[in-house]
Amino acid sequence: MKTYDEINKKIESQKAVVLTADEIIEYVEKKGLQAAAREVDVVTTATFGPMCSSGCFINFGHSKPKIRISEAWIEDVLVYSGIAAVDAYIGATQLRYNDPANMNYPGEFIYGGGHVIEELVAGKKLQLFALSYGTDEYPRREIRTYFTINDLNQAIMVNPRNCYQNYNVAINCSDRHIYTYLGLLKPNKKNITYCSAGQLSPLLNDPYYQTIGIGTRAWLAGAHGHVYAEGTQHCSLTERGENGVPTGGAGTLALTGDMKQMNPDFVRGVSLKGYGVSLALGIGIPIPILNTEILKRTAVRDRDIYAPLIDYSNDYPNCSGKILYKFNYEELKRGEVFFEGKQLEVSSLSSYTKALEVAQILKDEIRRGEFFLSKPIAKLPLQQSFKPLKIRKKD
Amino acid sequence: METKKLYLFFPKSETEKPIIYHLVKDYNLIINIFRAKITPEEEGYLVIDVTGKEEDIEKSIEFIKKSKVKVNETNKGLQRDVNKCTHCGNCLSHCPTKALHIKDFNLRKVEFDEVLCIECLACVKNCPFGACSSIF
Repeated sequence: MKTYDEINKKIESQKAVVLTADEIIEYVEKKGLQAAAREVDVVTTATFGPMCSSGCFINFGHSKPKIRISEAWIEDVLVYSGIAAVDAYIGATQLRYNDPANMNYPGEFIYGGGHVIEELVAGKKLQLFALSYGTDEYPRREIRTYFTINDLNQAIMVNPRNCYQNYNVAINCSDRHIYTYLGLLKPNKKNITYCSAGQLSPLLNDPYYQTIGIGTRAWLAGAHGHVYAEGTQHCSLTERGENGVPTGGAGTLALTGDMKQMNPDFVRGVSLKGYGVSLALGIGIPIPILNTEILKRTAVRDRDIYAPLIDYSNDYPNCSGKILYKFNYEELKRGEVFFEGKQLEVSSLSSYTKALEVAQILKDEIRRGEFFLSKPIAKLPLQQSFKPLKIRKKD
Repeated sequence: METKKLYLFFPKSETEKPIIYHLVKDYNLIINIFRAKITPEEEGYLVIDVTGKEEDIEKSIEFIKKSKVKVNETNKGLQRDVNKCTHCGNCLSHCPTKALHIKDFNLRKVEFDEVLCIECLACVKNCPFGACSSIF
């Protein structure tokens, strides 16, 4: 019905009709699929939540005399420097030097890689300390200096896994408190935590990856980035409901974007008691309404998206694969969840408020002719499973 | 009868004064202590609910103000930084009085009702973004 070129031309002339994945639901209900598909050009999807597999490559530039950095710390957080002389990778979950971690259980994990990335984007001055073994052309053995993101030549976020297509709901069936990446879970199935934007989440609006693929332009915390690969652990073969939407963690996206364009409101360090540090990101992905089928998928509702309830005290750590129950996102978001005849207390780690904000900002940018869509250069795999790690002898 | 939440700061010189005793005995107030940390020779803090006749409460505040103890009727011991809050909702199942709650489930914005807060500090321990903190 429509092509990427046609939609981009409308965006250029500021005439594109854009709605968020939240707004499109009522719109389709009111106008009908056919009419809505003719009228609407783009639906914006979004999510905001902790995404551990995030980080960034930075380049410091050369000091005088030069150093070939072999070990480096930013604000005492180790950064990977096993690459070229003054390049480094800051990983979101790296702990600060001397953090007691869980030696004092549950650890507090106040500061780490995610916080370094947050402060970098916020323009704060950070300390670099680096060592080297020294070479003929890179004689310096040690350096301590302060820098901001503006002093760096490049600061490029490169996230191997973001935007999980659906996610587990965690519960604790044991009789003691457990501290997880989904927060504190009280004993004896008292509370649960979910983590997805549901009907607003990118891959839940494009369950078969018809428009989101490698090369798709994405709004990464304010930067105009893109999908550079399938995300790690991409598992498109996860069980799906009748509407094609996976009923558990499935596809994932690898994203990249220029940190110098990012908005600090959507790049936030995370401290999870007893678990560690991470980075929460706001991500938006536009879906071009090329035909009625694509539109129909974007009109998916929370009540038709199901997430699996998993016991994080036993089944999750031991990979049992057991699913206790399935909840839909409507009940999860309303906090009205019953399991085994009892009402559960509901927490979430994904911010719907922030996700709505992202979807709205992206919508406005497209309407103003500032954000264009790109056709994927390759599709995300549709027939892919997620293999476990076998523990075997060398033989 | 009305109930008021007060936050008292005890400077070093005042930590040995039995303020609560006087509130009960002289002003007929019912005291509910949320949190207290008053150690001799150190500064101290006290967060209480006082219930009683409006005029008695007013008089009792006058009485406290006569000493060097500082009374604060607005600024509580638990502080929530709205700029740090991302409205993720992790606090919801940890707040026992629903002081932290969601009004509009379509927007899922986390709101804080100071009056309901009993300063158990569960949110301080559980907020991934450090939005809630205790001033003592």
